[in-house]
Amino acid sequence: MKERKNARLILSLLGVAAIYFLGWFIEQRSGSKSMVVTVLQKGAVYALIAVSMNLLNGFVGLFSLGQAGFMLVGAYTYAILTIPMAKRAAVYQYYDGGWVQFTVGVIPAMIAAGLIAAVFAALIGIPVLRLKGDYLAIATLGFAEIIRAIVQWDTIGPLTNGSNLLKTYPTLKNIMPGNSVLFVFLVVGVCIGLILLIINSTYGRAMKAIRDDEIAAEAMGINLFHHKQMAFVISSFFAGVGGALLAMYQGSLQANSFKSSMTYEILLIVVIGGLGSVSGSVIASFLFIAASEWWLRFLDSEMLVGDFKVPLLAPGFRMVVFSVVIMVVVLFFRRGIMGDRELWEIGRRRGAKGGRIQ
Amino acid sequence: MFNQLLPYLLAGISVGGQYALIAVGYTMVYGILRLINFAHGDIFTAAGFFMVYLSASLPPAVSIPLVIVLTVVLGFTVERVAYKPLRSAPRMSIMISAIGVSYLLQNLMWYLTGGLAKQYPVLPGLSETIRIGEATTKVVTIVTPVLTVALVVGLVMLINHTKIGMAMRAVSVDFETAQLMGIKINNVISVTFIIGSAMAAVGSMLFFTNYTAVTPTVGAMPGLKAFVAAVFGGIGSIPGAMIGALIIGISENLIKAAGLTAFSDAFTFALLILVLLFRPTGLFGEKTTEKV
Repeated sequence: MKERKNARLILSLLGVAAIYFLGWFIEQRSGSKSMVVTVLQKGAVYALIAVSMNLLNGFVGLFSLGQAGFMLVGAYTYAILTIPMAKRAAVYQYYDGGWVQFTVGVIPAMIAAGLIAAVFAALIGIPVLRLKGDYLAIATLGFAEIIRAIVQWDTIGPLTNGSNLLKTYPTLKNIMPGNSVLFVFLVVGVCIGLILLIINSTYGRAMKAIRDDEIAAEAMGINLFHHKQMAFVISSFFAGVGGALLAMYQGSLQANSFKSSMTYEILLIVVIGGLGSVSGSVIASFLFIAASEWWLRFLDSEMLVGDFKVPLLAPGFRMVVFSVVIMVVVLFFRRGIMGDRELWEIGRRRGAKGGRIQ
Repeated sequence: MFNQLLPYLLAGISVGGQYALIAVGYTMVYGILRLINFAHGDIFTAAGFFMVYLSASLPPAVSIPLVIVLTVVLGFTVERVAYKPLRSAPRMSIMISAIGVSYLLQNLMWYLTGGLAKQYPVLPGLSETIRIGEATTKVVTIVTPVLTVALVVGLVMLINHTKIGMAMRAVSVDFETAQLMGIKINNVISVTFIIGSAMAAVGSMLFFTNYTAVTPTVGAMPGLKAFVAAVFGGIGSIPGAMIGALIIGISENLIKAAGLTAFSDAFTFALLILVLLFRPTGLFGEKTTEKV
């Protein structure tokens, strides 16, 4: 039994190493500007955010729609802390160079991004997590909107630059030039690894118990509020780190792009991957980004087959086809790609580990 | 003081009435299906686009009823295609489906309209300016509250005094029992979506007469606010939705008057959270007890 466990561990470590090597290799071969590298970068960022959302929605059963708000907090924290001193005057030109007059490194700034998002989550969680089901969804959605409004408020402009762009902070292009994919994969890999450790701990099992039956879990002595609050804070921490990565990917930052539609996109990724499956969320993120940014691009421009002009193809058609596909998944393949299983559990006999009672 | 505030109050009542017409759709659907119909705001936007395109070639006497019919067809289709297959699924699935529909409708509208803002046509009798006291405003400001109250009263009568209204009340109390009593659930749900969409169509005509640019995502914010109004008034209660919407519309504009425009949207959500914490059933909602 133990040997098989070890074999499994070695196998998954090899798998992870292969993925890292592949990511690095692709970037070396096709250059940092190619479409496949863009997909790998953005896909990895979305993978982290989707996994953080899955932790709440799929493992604790909290239907939270506040992810865009926490990403916004993380992205802004990162950008504000890392804009080089020399460029602050230019970025904060309307606010006399701004309040923050120091710069920290990329990694500390990313950790700060997660921590500040977690602090916000802890404060928001106290009132909001008492709510249930769809009320929780709408309240978290509301808080995300409030965060967006506050960030754009003119009075704290010297901190957030109001509704103007934040830019010139370190981006993926210049943190590890030529190795941007490797950098993103490393950060995302560490974060998702931590989330997996949490899911497989006692806390994780308590969370799943809450998801399956709140009342039964409480009767077994699980403190509902404590565990929900913890999951909410942890999820927001990683959403904050994900926001920081997204800021690096985008190169410039504006609060207005963190709308509720962003949360919806991430929720759809989680659903496509399978609620309650970390590997599902990761796979779905890459598929989602590859499909929307790359594979379906041809739908957006006119095409001639011989003399025949293919009908319907015009800007925007890509997203229509894409959303139809998503609706088909939502309606007919409700378990998503992975259901609530993980990639490494596929071979395992279902029910051996106590299958979920439907 | 009052003269300064008057234009804001008028704008508040007007926009509140428009939210109310959208909120009716939310509150009725939630009352029966326990579903936040995230696509409702997009149906409202679609009604705006229908009018933009129809009024280009048709006179208002034809285009106005046609817009209502098309919106109703859209609402009905959404229910049949995206919600009906999930009747027995967990509630989370049906809410995700609603979010998917919203995503689809927004992308579809972007594709069909080219993503540029469209100018809403001038509807006769609504856009003329009139003076009330010291304030100048459009006729629609006066029409909206009157029309809203009339429609809401009509709807309440329908629900309290007709057979289909009784069926709706029965379904909202207990889905399964109502089915066992011979009520055709699917018909009742369809009627709910039809009424909600028709109200949203009327609301969109009034709303876009004031805010004349129609874009594919324009309905998201009014939609969310209307939902807040429905929760505030007590979800499931139609008069509650109207009063909640009016309160939200007025407070939003008073906040603008105080010079805090950035917070007018945030206020709505802050209000929602306060209501949910201290009175989760809203102003007129019925108390429910949770059973194991």
